[in-house]
Amino acid sequence: MLLLAVLLLRAAPEKYLSVYSVAANYSVPLVQRDGRDYVGVLELLDPLGKVSARAEGQRWRLRYYRNQAEFQVGKTRVRIQGRDYELPSKFLLENERGLIPVSCLPSLLPQILGGPVTLHQEADRLFIGSVATHFTASLAAGNVPRLVFNFTAPVNPTVATEPGSIRLAFTRDPVVAPASTTLTFGSKIIPSASFAEGNGFAVVTVNASVPVMANFSNDGRTITITPTAAPVGKNATPAPAAAPTATTPVSPAQAAGATAVTPAYRRYFAVVDASHGGDDHGETLSTTLYEKDVTVMLARSLRQQLESRGITTLVLRDSDANLPVDQRAVFANADHAAIYIALHAASNGHGVRVYTALLPDGQDDHGPFRSWTTAQHGALPLSQSAATAISNEFQKRQIPVRTLAAPLRPLNNVTGPAIGVEIAPMGNDLAQLTAPDYQELVTSAIATAVAAAHDQLGAAQ
Amino acid sequence: MRVAPEIPRQFVITFCVLLLAALGMSMYAYRMRKAVTAEPVVSNDTRPLAPPISGPTENVVLFVAHDDDGGLHAQAAQIPLPAGRQERAEELLRALLSIYLDKNSPHVLGAGAEVRSVFLIDPGVAVIDLNSAFADTHRSGVLIEELTVTSLIHTISANTPGIARVKILVDGKERDTLAGHADLSSFYDVAAVNQVAAQLQAAQ
Repeated sequence: MLLLAVLLLRAAPEKYLSVYSVAANYSVPLVQRDGRDYVGVLELLDPLGKVSARAEGQRWRLRYYRNQAEFQVGKTRVRIQGRDYELPSKFLLENERGLIPVSCLPSLLPQILGGPVTLHQEADRLFIGSVATHFTASLAAGNVPRLVFNFTAPVNPTVATEPGSIRLAFTRDPVVAPASTTLTFGSKIIPSASFAEGNGFAVVTVNASVPVMANFSNDGRTITITPTAAPVGKNATPAPAAAPTATTPVSPAQAAGATAVTPAYRRYFAVVDASHGGDDHGETLSTTLYEKDVTVMLARSLRQQLESRGITTLVLRDSDANLPVDQRAVFANADHAAIYIALHAASNGHGVRVYTALLPDGQDDHGPFRSWTTAQHGALPLSQSAATAISNEFQKRQIPVRTLAAPLRPLNNVTGPAIGVEIAPMGNDLAQLTAPDYQELVTSAIATAVAAAHDQLGAAQ
Repeated sequence: MRVAPEIPRQFVITFCVLLLAALGMSMYAYRMRKAVTAEPVVSNDTRPLAPPISGPTENVVLFVAHDDDGGLHAQAAQIPLPAGRQERAEELLRALLSIYLDKNSPHVLGAGAEVRSVFLIDPGVAVIDLNSAFADTHRSGVLIEELTVTSLIHTISANTPGIARVKILVDGKERDTLAGHADLSSFYDVAAVNQVAAQLQAAQ
C-alpha cells in the first residue's frame, strides 16, 4: 500500500493540449511515448468537423470531410492527399487509437484542415486559424491607479488573489502574449504585470502593493484592476471588506462582488449565426457579392445593436470560415443561449422574412435524450412568440415582413428558442443589402424586440 | 534534251472532278458548322413539356409557386392520368413542372429540371426523386427553395390520399439541401407542410 501511495504521488500529472478554433475551444489529453508528447488524432479533429478512421492491417486511414490521410503503424511517413510527409517520430496505434507526436501538428494539420495552425508547444496550446485574442494594458490616470486590460474578444478568466498580486488564468480563452511578456506601469501601487503560459492555459499576473480586485465590463472585453479600497466604476459592485488571502479561484461575477454562483464559463444570452461561410457561398447575390459576406456584416451589426442594449452576444462566424450546421447547433445548445438567430440574405422578394423551424418527421425522444432532428420541439412555442415579437417590431418600422415556418437547418437542431431571419432589399436595389443604414434599420428592430422579450427568453435559459 | 512525260487526260479530268467535289464538300461542311453554331443551345431535357394527350383526363389542383408575391396559388388543371397510383403521382408533378418550365413561368426552374420518378411506399411514404439539374440549377434562398418544396409536396399530397411523409432525393441519392437552404436530409411531415402551404396561400 505504501509503495502504491508513493508511486501515485510520484506519477506525473496528466497533460492536456488546449485547442482554440472558430468551431470550438476544447482540450484533449496528451500521452507520453518515447519521451515525446503524443495526441489522439480522432479526439483532436472530432470537435472540428466530420472525421472518421479505419484500420487496415498496418495502415490507418483517416478521413476529414474530403481530405484523406494514410498513416502506417510504427512508421514516420504519412500520405495526405497523395503527398508524402515525414513525422518527427513514428505513428502509433493503441487500441485503435491513432497517436501522432504533438510537434508535427503545425506542419501536418494545415494539410488536413486546409488552414493555418499555430502551436505553442511549451505551453501545450494549439491555435487553429486566426482565433487568438490579443490584449492591451494601460494605467488610467487619476488619484487612484486603475489598470485597464482591453481584449479583442470577450474573455472569462479564473481570478485568484494572493498577497501582492492578482492572477487572471485563461483556461478557455485563446489569449496570447503582448509584445513584451512583462509590462511596467511606473506606479507604486500597481508597478507591473506579466504574461505566462503553460499546461494549456495563459496567466496574467498583476503585481500590486495593496489588495486589488478585478471588475469586468464591456461584455467581458475589459477587465479593470483597482485597489479594493478605491471607488470603482458605476457598473462595479462594492468591494469586499478584505481581499481573500488564500489562493481561491473565483468566477468573474464573484470577483466583482456578486453573490450568485456562475458557471465556469460565460453563457451568452444571444447567439447570432452568420449563415454560410467558407466554401458555402449561399446565394450569389451579384457577380461580386455573396450571401455569406452579407450575413457576416449583418451579424456584426446585430451584435453591436444587442450589446448596446446590454445583451451579451456571441457571433458564431466572424470570418470567412467553414462552419457545419451541426456545429452551429452544438454551439447554441452548449451555451444554453436564450435565443439563437440565424441570419440570411436574399435577392428575391422585398423586406424581411422571419422563420421558425418546420420540424421534420423525426424519431421520438428517449428519456432525457432528445432526437437531433426534432430537438427544437420543446422550444418551438417560445421561438414562435419571439418571431412574432420581431415581426411586430419590423411592422412598426414599416419594413415589409412575413413570418413562416421553414425547413431551415439548424433551427430544428437547437434546443432553445431559435429563429432565422432572411433579409431582402426593400426595393429592387441589391446594394441596399450592404448599406449600413439599411442593415442598422433591420438589426436594431431585431435587437429591440429581443430586448423587449429579454425576461421571457431569459426565464427559459 | 529530256521531255517530261505527258499526264494522261483521263487522270487530269478525274483529278479536277475530285478537287471540285472536295471543295464543294468543304464549303458544305463550313456552312453546316456555322448553322450549328448559330443555333441556340437546346437543353438536354427530352421530356415532353405537357403530359400525353391520350387517355381520359381528370380534374386536379396544382399548387403553383409564384415569385412575385411569394405565395402558393391553387390552379385547377385537366390532365390525363394513368390508372396506377404511383404513375398518377409522377404525372401530377410533371404537370406542375411543365408550368415552371414554361416561358411565362411564375417560378422559374433551371433548364433540364425533371422529376425522375415518384415512389409510393406503404404506409404513407412518398419518395420524390429529382434529377441533378433540378437541384443544381435551382435558385438559392430560404423562401425561393421553400416555395418549390412546398409546391411539390402539397400538390402530390392533396391529390394522392394517404401520404403522410415525403422524402426528396436527387438523382436517387440523399442531399443536404435543395440549393443551400431547404433541408432535404430528413423526411417531411405532410401535415406540417400543409400548414406552411396554408401560410403561403394566405400571402396571395
